[in-house]
Amino acid sequence: MTTNFILAPILMHMFTAIVLLFFWQKVLIQKIISIVGNSIAFLLCLRLFEMTLSQGYLTLQLGGWQAPFGITFISDTLSAIMVLLTALVSLAVGIYSTASLNVSRIKYGYFFIFHFLIMGLLGAFLTGDIFNMYVWFEVVIISSFILMTVGGKKMQMEGAIKYVTMNMLASVIFLTAIAVLYGITGTLNIADIANKITLVENKGLVTVTSLLFFVGFGIKSAVFPLYFWLPSAYHTPPSAIAAIFGGLLTKMGIYAMLRVFTVIFQPDYFTLTLFSIIAVLTLITGALGTINKRSIRRILSYLIICHIGYLIAGLVLNTELAFVALVFYLIHDVIVKSNVFMISGVILKMRETVDITRLGSLLKDYPKFSFVAALVFFSLIGIPPLSGFWPKILLFQESFKQENYVLLAGLIVASFVTLFVMVRIWSEAFWKISPKPITEEIDHFAPFSLSGKIALIAPIVGLAAVSLIIGLNANSFIKLSEKAAYEMKRPEIYINNVLGSKE
Amino acid sequence: MELLLVILVGAFYSAGIYMMFRRSMVKLLMGLLLLGNGANILIFLMGGLTKGKAPIIRPENSKFLEVYADPVPQALILTAIVISFALTAFAIVLLKRVYTTTGSDDLDSLNIQDLDI
Repeated sequence: MTTNFILAPILMHMFTAIVLLFFWQKVLIQKIISIVGNSIAFLLCLRLFEMTLSQGYLTLQLGGWQAPFGITFISDTLSAIMVLLTALVSLAVGIYSTASLNVSRIKYGYFFIFHFLIMGLLGAFLTGDIFNMYVWFEVVIISSFILMTVGGKKMQMEGAIKYVTMNMLASVIFLTAIAVLYGITGTLNIADIANKITLVENKGLVTVTSLLFFVGFGIKSAVFPLYFWLPSAYHTPPSAIAAIFGGLLTKMGIYAMLRVFTVIFQPDYFTLTLFSIIAVLTLITGALGTINKRSIRRILSYLIICHIGYLIAGLVLNTELAFVALVFYLIHDVIVKSNVFMISGVILKMRETVDITRLGSLLKDYPKFSFVAALVFFSLIGIPPLSGFWPKILLFQESFKQENYVLLAGLIVASFVTLFVMVRIWSEAFWKISPKPITEEIDHFAPFSLSGKIALIAPIVGLAAVSLIIGLNANSFIKLSEKAAYEMKRPEIYINNVLGSKE
Repeated sequence: MELLLVILVGAFYSAGIYMMFRRSMVKLLMGLLLLGNGANILIFLMGGLTKGKAPIIRPENSKFLEVYADPVPQALILTAIVISFALTAFAIVLLKRVYTTTGSDDLDSLNIQDLDI
């Protein structure tokens, strides 16, 4: 179905950002506008999600140019899920950042850039044109550069250099891949490329192009040999920004990978073997990286890498059931990862440090907060009936069925190490008696006004409730993931919806 | 002409990657610039080179009858140039900031925070 509504969430964020420009330096007004804008955008995304589920694919040919010539926007189930997750996380982090960030950062346009970042993410999820996707990626990375560097101290600058360099390199590789793809197919529309790439006789060139895409997206999503910028960058910015980065930015790379490797390229034996090796190494290195770290933020940064391995594993197994697990894991991971980063921010406010050897007594001092944190940690580990359990068990099942035992071992080791480090964080930071007495100067959380405390805690509780609902109501989420997986396995539906079915 | 451009693209990419491996931040920036320009020329080359033909339909015809230059790669390059221009401007400011906060142009001196855990 063709509808203009598909652009509404993107335009809403752009509109909010532009309105924010008129209130430069007015902190309170900016906070209110941002929350209102985020809420409206969330409702629009919810509506888009509903429409996509009830009416099937939504498409829009911009400017009325027919499909292979103009830019297409398309929302299928996978896009709609990603859009809804982005809206949910942006709403939560938007509320959280009103209290957690200091005033000078908000004065220098934090919310303005934040909304452009979300706009870029939504655009990347909804576009059906490979070059347009590149442009949205650039919108996202430029915004993320600014969020990462503004107000930077020395440590943040060090991380930012690596982050900026690697992301610019990833963009160049992505652009190179687009150039080669354009050279061999002569089109940029994803659906049209998918049609024409089957006619290309030089299969070697097609494989090389697909691997160029994999490297470009792999840098962005931090897979095995390309991940090293992430742990040195993600622990430096304020926790609200890290929550958006950790939850959504790496997943944007995964989404692009899924789109490219389900619609355009059908991975052959060589590619799948390569992915399999990379998935196992990503799982293992990410997991091992967490073990000797003491800062919660650093542990979480490595856990992002580790859990990207699960998503790549879903791509490796490449069956419909594996895609069900993959989509479900994506839903779970976006929500929980953003939430743990926000929790680490609250811990930093409570104790001035996130070094687990110097933390302690959180359970005694903040029992209710600790309960919510425990719920989120358990969900990250994958304790049934919380949200992490279901996709993991599906992935285990599927890799067992395909007799890919190395991958299975990797998945289990990664899962076990996640359990180990999360339990370590719990016992050191929450359970242990604090090594030094907690004085009033250390606790920056208690002096917050009631509304400030609500703004800090409510998003965490909200996202924790969502992961609880996903876990308890797993059946309907598996149905949703099945719908997305069904469509991912059948690219011809996507192609027909963009180009119009051939009668 | 194609061969010349192929060699040029190769030179741009290899020089860019070589510069990125250097320790100086300015050379890193140069490397990124060279890579970006290499990619632009690659797009230009992959669109196919057609000499002296414009993508214009004559009024008496209703479609293209002869070979024409593909306008899409040029539009792509234009977009890519604008984006890389913005990114470069940002990167220069960032490097300047890093230089003022750390007082060094050496990338190896930026690994201090990776040592602590």
